[in-house]
Order: sequence, then C-alpha cells, then structure tokens
Amino acid sequence: MSTDLDALYQEIILDHYKNPHHKGLRDPYESEVHHVNPTCGDEVTLRVHLADGVVQDVSYDSVGCSISQASASVLTDLVIGKPVDEAMGIHQTFLELMQGKGQVEPDEDVLEDGIAFAGVAKFPARVKCALLSWMAWKDATTQAQSEGAPS
Amino acid sequence: MEGLLPDLDVIRKDFPILERTLAGGVPLVYLDSANTSQKPQVVIDTMVDHLERHNANIARAMHQLGAESTEAYEAARDQVAAFLNAPSRNEVIFTKNATEALNLLARTIDLGPGDNVVITEMEHHSNIVSWQLACERSGAELRWFGLTDDGRLDLSNADQLVDEHTKVVAFTWVSNMLGTINPVTDLVALARAAGALSVIDASQAAPQLPVDVQATGCDFLVFTGHKVTGPTGIGVLWGREELLNELPPFHGGGEMIETVTMARSTYAKAPHRFEAGTPPIVEAVGLGAAVDYLRHIGLDAIHRHEQAITAYALEGLQSVPGLTVLGPLDATERGGAISFELAGVHPHDVAQVLDSRGIAIRAGHHCAKPAHARYGVQSSSRMSSYLYTTPAEIEALIEGLHHTRSYFKVDG
Repeated sequence: MSTDLDALYQEIILDHYKNPHHKGLRDPYESEVHHVNPTCGDEVTLRVHLADGVVQDVSYDSVGCSISQASASVLTDLVIGKPVDEAMGIHQTFLELMQGKGQVEPDEDVLEDGIAFAGVAKFPARVKCALLSWMAWKDATTQAQSEGAPS
Repeated sequence: MEGLLPDLDVIRKDFPILERTLAGGVPLVYLDSANTSQKPQVVIDTMVDHLERHNANIARAMHQLGAESTEAYEAARDQVAAFLNAPSRNEVIFTKNATEALNLLARTIDLGPGDNVVITEMEHHSNIVSWQLACERSGAELRWFGLTDDGRLDLSNADQLVDEHTKVVAFTWVSNMLGTINPVTDLVALARAAGALSVIDASQAAPQLPVDVQATGCDFLVFTGHKVTGPTGIGVLWGREELLNELPPFHGGGEMIETVTMARSTYAKAPHRFEAGTPPIVEAVGLGAAVDYLRHIGLDAIHRHEQAITAYALEGLQSVPGLTVLGPLDATERGGAISFELAGVHPHDVAQVLDSRGIAIRAGHHCAKPAHARYGVQSSSRMSSYLYTTPAEIEALIEGLHHTRSYFKVDG
C-alpha cells in the first residue's frame, strides 16, 4: 500500500519541501502574478526578472502542500539562468510529464530533480498542486515578455 | 461506549459501500460524511424501483405511469414535511441543492439601499456569496457576526448589527468547519424583534439533529439531500406559506404558472411557484426514502451516537502531538465534523497518507475560507462521522495520524 505513496513522496520532494530553494520575493522584476488553486486554497505569488532573453531570477512566496512547495523550488532551480526559450521548453516537458497519467518516462537530462514528480502524475487530484507554480511562472513570463516587447 | 446506536452492526449492513475495500485490499474507513453521506440500500432500491417501474414525467402526463410518478414525487414532499415538522406540505420546495435554495431566497427577497443583511463569519460560501451578490445588486449593506477565539458566534454586538433596517438574518445551524452548534432560537428571536426574516442553513444540522421548523420559529430553512443519506441533485427550501406566496417567482417556466399569455403570466402558489420545469423526480423520491430511514432510526438516537463518536474522536485527536482542533472542544456543543491542523504536515499530505490506509477525510478550506482566515489558518484537515461510524474507525484515524507524523518525520 505504501509503494504508490512512496512514489508520490520521493525523498527529493520532501527535501525540497523542508528546504525550498530561491524562496522569498525579490527585486528587480518585470511582472508579478498571484495564482491560487481554488479547490484547496494553495496560493503562490511569483515574480519574474528577464534580461537579454535570459531568466535572471524567479522569486516567490507561497503556501500549500508538500507537492506544491517542492514543485516551486524545483522550478526555480531549473529555469533560473536559462534562456527564456529553453525554459519554456522545460516547462512543456514538465507539463507533459504531469499530464501523462504516469505513462510518460521522465527525461532526467531536462528535468533533473523534476523527475521526482513522475509519481504525482498517478494522483489526478495532486497534479494541480505540482503545476501551480509552473503555471504562475509561464503567466508571469508571458506578461514580462509582452511588456518588454516589441523588439 | 455509551450513546452509540444499539444496532450499529445492523445499520452498517444497510450501507453496501461500507463493505468496500480499496487499493491494497484495505477496508474503507469513511470519515467524510459532512461532505456527503453514504446511501442506505433502501434509498438505492427505492430509486431503482422508481426508474424500473414508475418512470414518467409528473403532473402533466395523463396516463397511469404519470399518475404513479406524480404520486411518488408528492409523497416525497409529505415525507420531507414530516421530517421538518412543517405545518403544511405546501411549504416544502424541492431545489437542486441547498445552494440553489439559498440563492432562490437571495434573488427573490426584496432588498434596497438602506437595508442590510446580517450573516456570520462561519458560513459556508453558499450562504456568503449569494448574499454578497444580492447586496451588490440592490445596494443593501452586508454585515456579519464575528467569531470568538473558541469558535463560537460573537453575539456581543448583536444589538448594533441587527437593527430596524435589517431585512434578513441568515446563519448556519451547525458549522461545517468548526462543528459549532449555534443558538438558532435566540438568533431567530433577534431577527423577529427587528422585523427581519430569518434564514437557517440546516445543511449540517439536518443529518444529525432533530429539525423542527415550528420549534425554531424561523421563516426559512434549507438543507441538501445528499448529506441526509439521500441522493445528490435534490435540496429543500422550507418557508412559511404566507411568505413564500409573497415572494416573486425565481425561475420562469412550465408548472410554475396559473396562466400564460404572450403579454403576461400569473403564477401558481407555493410549492409549484418555485418548481419551474421538470424537477429531479427520482432524486426527490430517493430523498423521501432517506428522511423516512433517518426518522425510523430516530434523530435523537443519531444525535446521541454522533456526540459519543465526536467525544471519542476529540479525545483521540488530542493525544496526537502537534495536533490542534479548530472549534469547540466540548462534544455536547458541536456536530460531528472536526477540523484540525497537524503541525509540520499540510492537510493535503495528511489526507493523502490517510487515503493510502483507506481512511477518507477532507482537506482544504471546506468552502469556508473566511472562517479559516479568522483563525489564521489557510486550510485544515476535517474528519466527519455519521450514524454508521464506529469507535474502531476513529481508532484507525488516530493511528493513521501518528503514522502520518512519522512518515513526514515530524520531530525527527
């Protein structure tokens, strides 16, 4: 009975939950968004700082379960310092993993610690938890780009 | 244990789902009855029989099946009237759920600038948002009773809140989050003294307390079918007959009219005035069977059972390190829903670990965000018992919570 549970709560996830990376709101930033999961009340406020086509910083303040908190931490590890296009590609890969109902084999080269979330995809009620900060990041990045554009 | 239903084993056999096992072969421990109750065989059989043998539209089919279906639907109205001790069957209106019943009132009670509506901070969202919308539309002011630190209504400023401009005082009988049982007769008297209408949300009370609309003295009362062992898709609005007939119609359509011309229509009296269109027929029939089932067991006996189980659960929960119960700690002053926080573990994670052991609870804000905010809590875990809950299930929960703490390595 605990194999599925252990697949959900990988040590990596619990580590990120207890010691989240890049947490806290920072300046400078071009856009800030606030996303909530209306069914459970999980919330994230997330800021994006872009310059020269690169994700310079992602900072956030959030409340929620272990999955949503760890996911935000992993997100920042993966996208900070990456070109925006590459970061968007990582976002797409993570989204496909989460929406794969547990059938998608995660690519560790792209997702690094993010592969720990493969088990979450088997729990439909928790997929939204894992995606909360990722959706917020995409929203904030799109806003920052449209403000910075056109060029 | 004193107070338990004497035939608990027999009652459990009435609910086929309680025999289920879940992933890994673990038996179901269902502690989410404040969310929705399980259904006894008699409700399932009554609905199947209706669909297999008596299905037809009601009140408009001139054939034998139509007559049988109409009779079953109207019998359900009588069963609900008896359940509520309503003076007249015409006062029982079938709605989709309690939310629709509250919205019906918020849409049809006449409000205007200068008027006010008084609610409480412990309401379910359905009894907050419907009145917020009514106040935005009409220019009326929304006011609310706050809460005390121990989870009760703060009535200290009642005289300032409820005044001569108050049109409606709407409140829950039993809180779905804190479990608090509110002093409904006092609140009804407060409304009456100010010349305001009283509206009781009995969604959490009807499953576990004797509800007598005449004893409460209220003007309107709502509850939902699926929490009283009935099906989803059916709720009830009860109101004083003379008041219902003064309200304008809610939905326009078939069966709610006296006569229709292209220029104008005149409207039927309650209950049909508020039952436009084909209603949820088999759901009403199922609800009738459900409230008869509860009356057969006895609401006083069910209430005693809930209090015994709740007291046992409160005692067990407080043995878990780092666990804080939200709401009153005295079982005699509360219903069978207990929300709690477990330090270091988010409610979702609590619910997930318990689910892996077959234990079903609710995690989140339970559609009561303001009440959570009042206590500085973002979300909570909630166990809720019912007439089929055993002490052994409470013990499984407590053991599961100890396991949850060790799983998340709280305290190392």
